[in-house]
Amino acid sequence: MSTHSDQQHPIGLYLKIWGLLFVLSTLSYLVDYFHVESYLRWTLIIIFMLMKAGLIVAVFMHMAWERLSLVYAILVPPLCLLVLIVLMATEADYTLALRILYFR
Amino acid sequence: MSAQLSPSQSTPQSPASGWRGLISDWSSDRQAFQVSWGKAMMWIFLLSDTFVFSCFLTGYMTVRMGTPVQWPNPSEVFALHIGGADVPLVLIAIMTFVLITSSGTMAMAVNFAYRRDRLRTASLMFVTAAFGAMFVGMQAFEWTKLIVEEGVRPWGNPMGAAQFGSTFFMITGFHGLHVSGGVIYLLIVALRVLRGRYEHSGNYQIVEIAGLYWHFVDLVWVFIFALFYLW
Repeated sequence: MSTHSDQQHPIGLYLKIWGLLFVLSTLSYLVDYFHVESYLRWTLIIIFMLMKAGLIVAVFMHMAWERLSLVYAILVPPLCLLVLIVLMATEADYTLALRILYFR
Repeated sequence: MSAQLSPSQSTPQSPASGWRGLISDWSSDRQAFQVSWGKAMMWIFLLSDTFVFSCFLTGYMTVRMGTPVQWPNPSEVFALHIGGADVPLVLIAIMTFVLITSSGTMAMAVNFAYRRDRLRTASLMFVTAAFGAMFVGMQAFEWTKLIVEEGVRPWGNPMGAAQFGSTFFMITGFHGLHVSGGVIYLLIVALRVLRGRYEHSGNYQIVEIAGLYWHFVDLVWVFIFALFYLW
C-alpha cells in the first residue's frame, strides 16, 4: 500500500491553479476574439493548451507528487501518438493532393 | 545436499496450476506502482481513454487536412446572437469556465476527503456534479441549435466540408458521454461519503480516484477546446 497516499495540500494551492486556468482560458479565448491569425494564432493556442493540460495533470491529478514509476508509465505511452499524428498528417497531405488533382 | 531432498521437499509449496495458479500469480504480493490498486487501475483506464480521444482528434485532423472543401469557421458557427450582435464562441467559453470550475471544486473535495470532513467533501462533490450537469445541458443546447437551426448533420452541413459534422458529433458526443458518466459516478461516491461508508476504514481514497476521472474529463476538454473550436 501507498505510504504517501494522503494528498494533503493547502486549499490555497488549488485556488491558485483554478485562477490560473481561468486566466489561461480567457487568454486563449481572446486569441479568437481579437482575430489573431496564422502562425501566431496556432502557437498561442497550443502554448495555452499545453500549459492548462500540464497544470491539471500535475496539480489537480497529483502527478507532481507521484512516484516516478507511475509517472513514466502514464506519460511515456502517449508518445506513440506523436508517431500516429505525423503518419496521419503526411497521409492527409497525400489525400488532399489526390483530391485536388482528380476529384475537384 | 540437494540430491537428498525429494522434489516435494525442495519446493514445499509448488505453485498451483490452471485458474488457481493464474489467480495466485496475479494476486501475489508484487507491485511496481506504489499506489493502491484502485488508483493504478484508474490511471490505466485513463491512459486507454487518452488513446481513444487522441485517435478521435487525429482522425479529425486527417479529414480536415484532407478535404479540399472549405472548412466551416468554428468561431462563426458557434457564435451566439446576443443583443443584436454575434458574439463568437461565447457558449463554448462559458462551457469551458463551467468545466474548469467543476475541476476546482473537485480538487477541493479531494482535499477535504483526506481531512475526513464528510459533509464538506460530499457537498463539494454535489457542486461538482451540478456543474457537470450544467455543462451537459449547455452541450444539449449547442447540439439542438446546430441540428435544428443550422442544419448540421453527421454526413454534411450547409457551411462547407461534410466532415465537420461527423467529427463534431463524434468528438463532442463522446466527451459529453464521459461527462454524463462522471456526473453519475460523482453522485454515487458523494452519497456514499455522506452516508459514512468510508468512516469505518477511514480510507477516503475513492474520492481522489473519482477526482482523477473528473479532472481527466476536464483535461480532454482543454484539447477539444483548442483543437476543434479555436483552430
